[in-house]
Amino acid sequence: MSAPTAPPGESGLEVALDAVGTVSIVVGVLLALVASVGLLSLPDVLSRMHAATKPQVLGLLLVVIGGALHLRTSVDVWMLVLVGAFQLVTAPVTAHVVGRLAHRGDGVRRDLLHVDELTDRPDTTDPGPDEPEPDEPEPEEPEPATRGRGRDGTGHADGDGTGRRRGRDGAP
Amino acid sequence: MTGAGDRAQGPVPPDTAGLLRRAAPVAWLVLVWVLLWGTFSWANVLGGLVVALVVLTVFPLPPAPGRGWLRPLATLRAVGRFGTDLVVSSLQVAWQSLEALRPGPPIRSSVIAVPLASSSEFVMAVVTELLSLTPGSVVIEVRPEERTLWAHVLGADDDAAVAAFREQVARLEADVVAALGRPAAPVTYAPGTDGHAAHREGS
Amino acid sequence: MTGLPALLDGVLVVCLVLLGLSAVLVVVRLLRGPSGLDRLVALDVLVAEFLVGLVVYAALTGNSALVPVVVAISLVGFLGSTTVARFVRRGTDR
Repeated sequence: MSAPTAPPGESGLEVALDAVGTVSIVVGVLLALVASVGLLSLPDVLSRMHAATKPQVLGLLLVVIGGALHLRTSVDVWMLVLVGAFQLVTAPVTAHVVGRLAHRGDGVRRDLLHVDELTDRPDTTDPGPDEPEPDEPEPEEPEPATRGRGRDGTGHADGDGTGRRRGRDGAP
Repeated sequence: MTGAGDRAQGPVPPDTAGLLRRAAPVAWLVLVWVLLWGTFSWANVLGGLVVALVVLTVFPLPPAPGRGWLRPLATLRAVGRFGTDLVVSSLQVAWQSLEALRPGPPIRSSVIAVPLASSSEFVMAVVTELLSLTPGSVVIEVRPEERTLWAHVLGADDDAAVAAFREQVARLEADVVAALGRPAAPVTYAPGTDGHAAHREGS
Repeated sequence: MTGLPALLDGVLVVCLVLLGLSAVLVVVRLLRGPSGLDRLVALDVLVAEFLVGLVVYAALTGNSALVPVVVAISLVGFLGSTTVARFVRRGTDR
């Protein structure tokens, strides 16, 4: 893989690795560019978030791969692998938190929704977006709640069949 | 099963699998530590071990839900499918972003409720994470007690697209369940769900 | 043989220029808002593009001193946006 004997930029293999890395970087950068365009062109926060996920996930992964192909020393490669892994773990958390807030607040243009099965079925345990609740702290971070507290197998405890079919649930 | 763990020597503890499961986060933290230093040396490994133990003692993790290990083939297939999804939907969202530049009615979306087949909160968390990683879908609400998640899907502007998204999630969930193995990811039928993901997996 | 490496370097420079352009677009959204969440998302993208730029720069110059910086920013950026998300809400409820 790494060929420390040849001077940099000389051997054919190294040039080939550089070329592949460059192609990868170019694609990643183009994705980032298009995402910035989408950030301006899409109509509401939730839609823009979809555009935002692109440079954060696939774009960054491609660029990191490209950078690793260019740098080629094991220290850098492993650190770049870590960057990719961190990004894969953390990006959806941000997306989820922001998306949740956006839907509860005014971050989504309801007139542009084909179906909104969440607003159609407000949760009884959950203060809706209409309630002001100015001083109450945000309900606990959603992530720990979904991450599983060893309560497996008890999740079907409440009335499943009743609420699910309400709203425009026309699909199979 | 007993004695399978390389870390469990001495008087055989009753819960070898549990010990192994608790060792996994330590191993992961040590790996990250070594990668951050960039070079493998025993000093790094020892330092990482100390840091990992301190971190896990001060901030203990909830018990991991799984029994058993990832199934390698199913995991590979799930990763492959997810990679394909990631690329396809990135290109799709890129196209939609450019399309939105044109004058005309703005793009329409949907907030779709997707009931899951599995009762495991861990499966739910993984599916949520994977869906949010993919451009074009963001999970905005999760209710484990109802086994349902709600996702905002860009460009889902008719019933066919909504149904297609539900189908995609069911496939993703089946992949995750297959990769984790049945004991870690129990699939039980809720009265309201169709359980089509479970059917496919059940063979 | 000398042509290709030079060409590749040129391509990387063009990449940096494109990244600068997209950062400008993101800053437009950042300034325009309208809500705090819009700005948060824009800031998130800005951080991601900054990371991308650092990696491209490291690839261009072969200078790997910036790689640890990339690791640090990728972590701090996540912490920052998640923390801000908790506070941004009160400002958005206008």
